[in-house]
Amino acid sequence: MKFFSQTPNFDFMAQRKIALSISVILIIASLFSLATRQLNFGIDFTGGVIVEVGYPEAADLDTIRGQLSDNGFNDAIVQYFGARNDVMIRLAPREEDSSADLSGEVLTALRADGAQPDLRRVEFVGPQVGEELTVDGSLATIIALLLIFAYVWFRFHWKFSAGAVAALAHDVVITLGFFSFLHLEFDLTVLAAVLAVIGYSLNDTIVVFDRCRENFRRAAAGDAKATINRSVNENLSRTLVTSLTTLLALIALRLIGGEVMAGFSTALIVGVVVGTYSSVYVASPVSIALGVSRDDVMPPTDDGDRPSDGAVV
Amino acid sequence: MNQNSLWRWLLLAAVVLVGVLYALPNLFGEDPAIQISADSGEVLDDGFVSRVEAILSRADIEPVSVDIVDGQLLARMPGDTAQLTAAETLREVLGRDYVVALSLAPRTPAWLVGLGAEPMSLGLDLRGGVHFLLEVDAQSVRETAMERYMQEIPAFLRARDLRYTSRKIEDGQLVIALRDAATLDKAQAALSGEYRELSIGEASNQSDTLTVTLTEEEEQRILDFAVKQNLTTLRGRVNQLGVAEPVVQRQGASRILVQLPGVQDTTRIKDLIGATATLEYRAVALEGDPERAARTGIAPAGTQLFYERGTDRPYLLKRDIIATGNELVDAAATVDQESGSPAVSVTLDGRAAKRMFEFTEKNVGNPMAVLYKETIITTTYDENGEPQFEREKVEEIISVATIRGVFGKRFQTTGLTSKEAHDLALLLRAGALAAPIAIVEERTIGPSLGQDNVEQGRNATILGFALVVLFMAIYYKAFGMIANAALLLNVVLIVAVLSMLQATLTLPGIAGMLLTVGMAVDANVLIFQRIREELKAGAKPQEAIAGGYDKAFSTIADANITTLIAAVVLFIFGTGPVKGFAVTLSIGIVSSMFTAIFGTRVLVNALFGGRRLSKLPI
Repeated sequence: MKFFSQTPNFDFMAQRKIALSISVILIIASLFSLATRQLNFGIDFTGGVIVEVGYPEAADLDTIRGQLSDNGFNDAIVQYFGARNDVMIRLAPREEDSSADLSGEVLTALRADGAQPDLRRVEFVGPQVGEELTVDGSLATIIALLLIFAYVWFRFHWKFSAGAVAALAHDVVITLGFFSFLHLEFDLTVLAAVLAVIGYSLNDTIVVFDRCRENFRRAAAGDAKATINRSVNENLSRTLVTSLTTLLALIALRLIGGEVMAGFSTALIVGVVVGTYSSVYVASPVSIALGVSRDDVMPPTDDGDRPSDGAVV
Repeated sequence: MNQNSLWRWLLLAAVVLVGVLYALPNLFGEDPAIQISADSGEVLDDGFVSRVEAILSRADIEPVSVDIVDGQLLARMPGDTAQLTAAETLREVLGRDYVVALSLAPRTPAWLVGLGAEPMSLGLDLRGGVHFLLEVDAQSVRETAMERYMQEIPAFLRARDLRYTSRKIEDGQLVIALRDAATLDKAQAALSGEYRELSIGEASNQSDTLTVTLTEEEEQRILDFAVKQNLTTLRGRVNQLGVAEPVVQRQGASRILVQLPGVQDTTRIKDLIGATATLEYRAVALEGDPERAARTGIAPAGTQLFYERGTDRPYLLKRDIIATGNELVDAAATVDQESGSPAVSVTLDGRAAKRMFEFTEKNVGNPMAVLYKETIITTTYDENGEPQFEREKVEEIISVATIRGVFGKRFQTTGLTSKEAHDLALLLRAGALAAPIAIVEERTIGPSLGQDNVEQGRNATILGFALVVLFMAIYYKAFGMIANAALLLNVVLIVAVLSMLQATLTLPGIAGMLLTVGMAVDANVLIFQRIREELKAGAKPQEAIAGGYDKAFSTIADANITTLIAAVVLFIFGTGPVKGFAVTLSIGIVSSMFTAIFGTRVLVNALFGGRRLSKLPI
């Protein structure tokens, strides 16, 4: 089976202005959403308490809210978690040191009317831990981007580095924007997914760049735009196949992997789709815009016939 | 062309063999078991095995096996009910000198264990249990230390007739105003000589005033001491709980991680963590007969009867307390400089040092005892297998020593073996005032959720794997099946490496494995697309295979190295579950390079190499 019987010949680079506008609009929308709606940070980051309880049959959220507010938990967020007999209660962090005991109090409140919900999960994260995570998480993302920039520079050229990192930043911002817009919970596993998106999207970009370099070196001369266009086209089948297999695995995880990993798989699904798009429409156009040319990728071990080499020995 | 040399076959066979062997233990499941360890930490022997077997057969329980593993007894049980009854019986008969814990023993066959192959352990999110992250309150540790100097330093100055007009603690500094500049100089010199752990300077905004702060090293040292002390105490208590495979370990400068698989009742656990031990230095009463008091249960006036830990020897101690654990600054196992024998060196704070001095002055040659007091929590299981905790007060003598001379702040206890010295120092530290600890993170996973997570994780992996395999077979035909074989080997290798590292499998770890499955075929996709391109460009099938593998290699390497960078950063900065994900991802990237490039090449060569082919099934 083949996606294309012939090597496709889409003029991706001609569409790069349209693609650029779409990317810019998406990025602005994401940033706007991040600024106004913020990320719905999970307790991993904000601190607080989550109590997940399982009822023998479908539970009524209003009754539970009533039980909780009768016991002084007015700020409790109560929602179904995956199924109607599975309820998640989230409480904001409190000032008092006793917040670690909150889970016990919640359970007592829920059992007051004789119901016997089964305690499925308690998570308590102190505010200081959450703060550290936010710092570490941002730091991890930035350091990963810098190291990748350096590696691509070392292997290719800084113009490619810039293109790759622009594509990654694009993917991260849009994935975060997606989470912010839909108000999906952003927890530690989602952060891991975002970093995995960086890895995935990069993988894709590098494969395209590798082909660009090869085609640049092979072509005697030529227009950078045409060479890059050809490289993207030659790689198109591979890009689609790999994205598809990765998506198949992720969709399986999203559909039957359970509620705990839902955020993780959602973030990766969005990231893989955006990452595939960006390796075609963001990474390469940015390199073109920076004036990437054949000279930038000629091996340094050349025997001196490079026109740009000033020194003659 | 495209022939396999022998070494390729051998290498592939070796990797497959090792991978399968080390992944295998994960398939055998677990037996419900009982683990028994001696409270004293002593190694159990075969005599103890027969004793346990006798107890079990009296209770009509037929264990699957009873062995000694790493100095602990492990009895495998035929079922959950037998396990609970057996634990109950053993606890009753063996008493408090042994810790009886419920556990799950892997059913790995002996020949695999002999090779060092062991299954991965499941993380708390998969088996249920409690996870606590505790933080030692560094602020209060510093404050307590400064409070002590607030008492001690003025006394030191008074003793040297250096007059001060005021003293207070301000911004964590001890501020002492002295009478005049001359006194200041003398005080500064004297204090610097005596207290090397403090930095003593002149206040900038007041004249004739000294500021005293802890040096950075000293701050580190006392925090470190406080954390170690809490670790010791927590370990002891957690062991008493009788939970199998508990984790109590230090994390970073001031945190302690406690993980208790299978435990649900967090309220009691919090009590346990909060409970403190303490100790008292007391004089041994010289008059009165402890044996008689032990028989009659009546102690003479002004004395109390206690027993020595380990020997159960009775002693009568005077009711007056010379020093308590709160006043203990440090206790460490050392070597006595005069005799060269093991010793425990103890440092008391100022007030206790004064009392100790006054007491020892009059009591050289008399014995002094250390009494250890602790509330311990014992676990029993009710008919549903739910653990029940009971509190019990324990008061034991941990050391009796003869006073050899007059001492105050610092002294040594000698005449111990090296192990005794070590244990005594641990106990002294455990009984010293525990620095306050706060729970900064708690995660409890109920057993039902753990079970759900295992099932969902397994189902998702199987479905994801099946979808990818199906797609590859359709899209690349025979070559797709070869890639699928490589993919299967990749999963086996990831599981094998994780088992070798004795990694803990968590839900994010499973997700990482599944993501790897999706991404690992990428290398094969790259190779196969290249082969198709070569064929299209008019290459003969054999040339196309060789060209495809060669040309795809550097692309695959570049792409994987960059992904590996992201995974390593994730590992360095990640905590807990994220780390697990990063580990699986990294292992997956490396092993997929091997299986997808080398592994498939061997198969492709074997199936298609060295033959005249008109076309390839790709």
